[in-house]
Amino acid sequence: MAGLNSIVEGHKKNPFKRSRWNIGLWILVVTYLVYSIGSLGLNAERFLSGIGHASILLDRMFPPNFERWELLLSGLVESLEIAMISSVSGIFLSLFIGILAARNLMPPWVSVPIRGFVALCRSFHPVIIAILFVKSVGFGALAGILTLIIASIGFIAKLFAEAIEEISFKQVEAIRATGANFSSVVIYAVMPQVFSRFIGFATYQFDSNLRNSTMVGIVGAGGLGGTLFSAFQRFDYDFVAAILITIISLILVWEFLSTLVRRVF
Amino acid sequence: MATIDYHWQRFSFGKKLARFSVYLFFITGFLFSIRSVEVIPEFLYDAPEQIMDLLSRMWPIDYAFYPLTVHEAIIETLNIATLGTLVTLIFAIPLALMNASNVVSSPLIHWISRFFLVSSRSVNSLVWALLFVAMFGPGMLAGVLAIAFRSIGFVGKLLGEALEEVNMGSVEALRATGAPWGAVMLKGYCPQVMPAFFSIVLFRWDINVRESAVLGLVGAGGIGVVLNDSMNLFQWQEVAMSLLAIFTVVVLAEILVINIRNRLI
Amino acid sequence: MSSVRKLLQVKELRKEYVSGNPVLKGVDFSIEEAGLVAIIGPSGTGKSTLLRCINRLIDSTEGQIIVNDVDICQTKGRSLRKLRRQLAMVFQEYNLVERLSVMENVLSGRLGYMSTWQAWRRNYTQQDINSAYELLGSVGLAEHATKRADSLSGGQRQRVGIARAVMQNPSIILADEPTSSLDPKTAVEIMELLEKFSLEKNIPVLINMHDVNLAKRFAKRIIGMSNGYVIYDGQPKGITDDHLKEIYGGESWLD
Repeated sequence: MAGLNSIVEGHKKNPFKRSRWNIGLWILVVTYLVYSIGSLGLNAERFLSGIGHASILLDRMFPPNFERWELLLSGLVESLEIAMISSVSGIFLSLFIGILAARNLMPPWVSVPIRGFVALCRSFHPVIIAILFVKSVGFGALAGILTLIIASIGFIAKLFAEAIEEISFKQVEAIRATGANFSSVVIYAVMPQVFSRFIGFATYQFDSNLRNSTMVGIVGAGGLGGTLFSAFQRFDYDFVAAILITIISLILVWEFLSTLVRRVF
Repeated sequence: MATIDYHWQRFSFGKKLARFSVYLFFITGFLFSIRSVEVIPEFLYDAPEQIMDLLSRMWPIDYAFYPLTVHEAIIETLNIATLGTLVTLIFAIPLALMNASNVVSSPLIHWISRFFLVSSRSVNSLVWALLFVAMFGPGMLAGVLAIAFRSIGFVGKLLGEALEEVNMGSVEALRATGAPWGAVMLKGYCPQVMPAFFSIVLFRWDINVRESAVLGLVGAGGIGVVLNDSMNLFQWQEVAMSLLAIFTVVVLAEILVINIRNRLI
Repeated sequence: MSSVRKLLQVKELRKEYVSGNPVLKGVDFSIEEAGLVAIIGPSGTGKSTLLRCINRLIDSTEGQIIVNDVDICQTKGRSLRKLRRQLAMVFQEYNLVERLSVMENVLSGRLGYMSTWQAWRRNYTQQDINSAYELLGSVGLAEHATKRADSLSGGQRQRVGIARAVMQNPSIILADEPTSSLDPKTAVEIMELLEKFSLEKNIPVLINMHDVNLAKRFAKRIIGMSNGYVIYDGQPKGITDDHLKEIYGGESWLD
């Protein structure tokens, strides 16, 4: 009986007491909010005038103006071309770069520098890479294409290499034992295990390139982004609205198509 | 004895046709795009040389530039990313709740929330930044709002999916006790979604750090502004310093995220 | 000195994974005729290593392995692969390419004879396709030809593995514990299949095994290994309890 009492005593401690971690986290978040909002230089007046501007802006955006649809179309077509060329090239290159970066297939003197290169491709935002290309190869679609090829490699090759490193090596061993050469081993034992994931990465990247191709134009690398940027600068907000609607519709259409492609493969 | 010739094919006719048409689509798209895109071939051949020239102009990196402007700007960039991610939660959490079929069952509400989530995702953060700079003027405020609005779609969608994967058993048990809606949310859904929640927020914060760095190019504050100014003045060594700062911050952010992930989740 | 042609000759084979700690300490034997040869011995004594040294999936530290008059330890590149085609392997865990069909797995036995381009386009000759179907028939799996490999049971998968091995038209089959993952009845079926092909194609089959009784029942010759050496090499009926004690240690498992 005494033993039972002492157990009950022990349980009288509050089971719902807040952990110190929890409280500490909340305090941290609130302090940070106070500090950072302060650094915004925000005061009621500025915010209200901002809201005023915002409503004027929204007002001028509607109804969207498709009058200059030829300009819109040529920008759209250029964006599609940039996305298409860079995606197909990027996907193709990533297939090989990913294999070269796989540590279980390649000796270190190959995989390490390739992995370094892929990491470099990922490090910078596509816009920064776009600017660098614009400064070196000039305005226009070429800069955009090169940018998105780099971005594609940075994404696909990395994930592809990781997928390859996770495969079951037993299958590779068996195909090696038949006397097949290296490429045949890759085709027969590695690819069946990772190809569907590769297709997944490829479609995701195509999608991403499509979105980015409408954006790199803002820094001069061709496509719809350029049209958008000049519309902003000329305060043609109804044209801006038209361009935004086009971009969103494009993305939606592509999302639909990509589910079909994935089903085929 | 006559030998029979067996027939074997890897894919059924239907599948072969489907695969072939997909390849055909992309190859023709690619070739068509190559022919019609406006790329001056001389610029293409010139490209490697031009890129090397630009890179050589960036060396040696102007370290003295750092304390002057870069430091403050990079702190501002981090603030944009963090504050933006926090502000996102204000909108993303309600939208995620509205989008989860096990929280809200009305299809109309699903449609509305999905509309907001998809539109937020389809517009690039750079484009959001253009919009907000036009509304609120250049500066950090536009950047924070741009990051916040872009992230709503990302966080909202993933959070909604995490909510739908909650084990409904404990939720039902709480409802059966007659607990009010708030309590069911807090004690039923919350504990189960917490790990996913932190994971998603950390992931998005990491991406936002990268995105915030370039928003300044259109005037939305942060290191992008410094970058833009240096580039317009052709001060490539200062540009290199800014790029180095961005690179370091991105790497540090990733390390931080990986460490927090390993410890808490 | 026998003038019979040696199909396989292993001379003073040594293998160290960790320096100073050899797994194989000096293995010598040779194969001169067709038939099942069982290699028995406790786990960790290097049976798997031995087999994988023979087809050079693993490089040996020292020694010679002479296959059809060529020392495989000294060959590289194309000639190595040519030698490998003649040494077909059957694995303990079947090692089929699971996402490919049964037919493609069997046909993969021909990869050593094909170029990369042909492999990618799956350009098998009509003759190969015929042989593959016939082989599948003789292992009793003809109706499973187009199914995915991972939809088969363990015993069925091993039969595909054997068909793949025979497809290579090898001069020796190496089987690394082919029955260890199977139930006793299926194990016997697999042994019978290996015996059948050994007779049909008139080739030796080297089999690593745990089950001494199964070895005694099917093998024409037994090689017993222990501690990195060959302890016994001879007829199944010559193997006594003393030999087994020396190979495996302990007595309680003997019946």
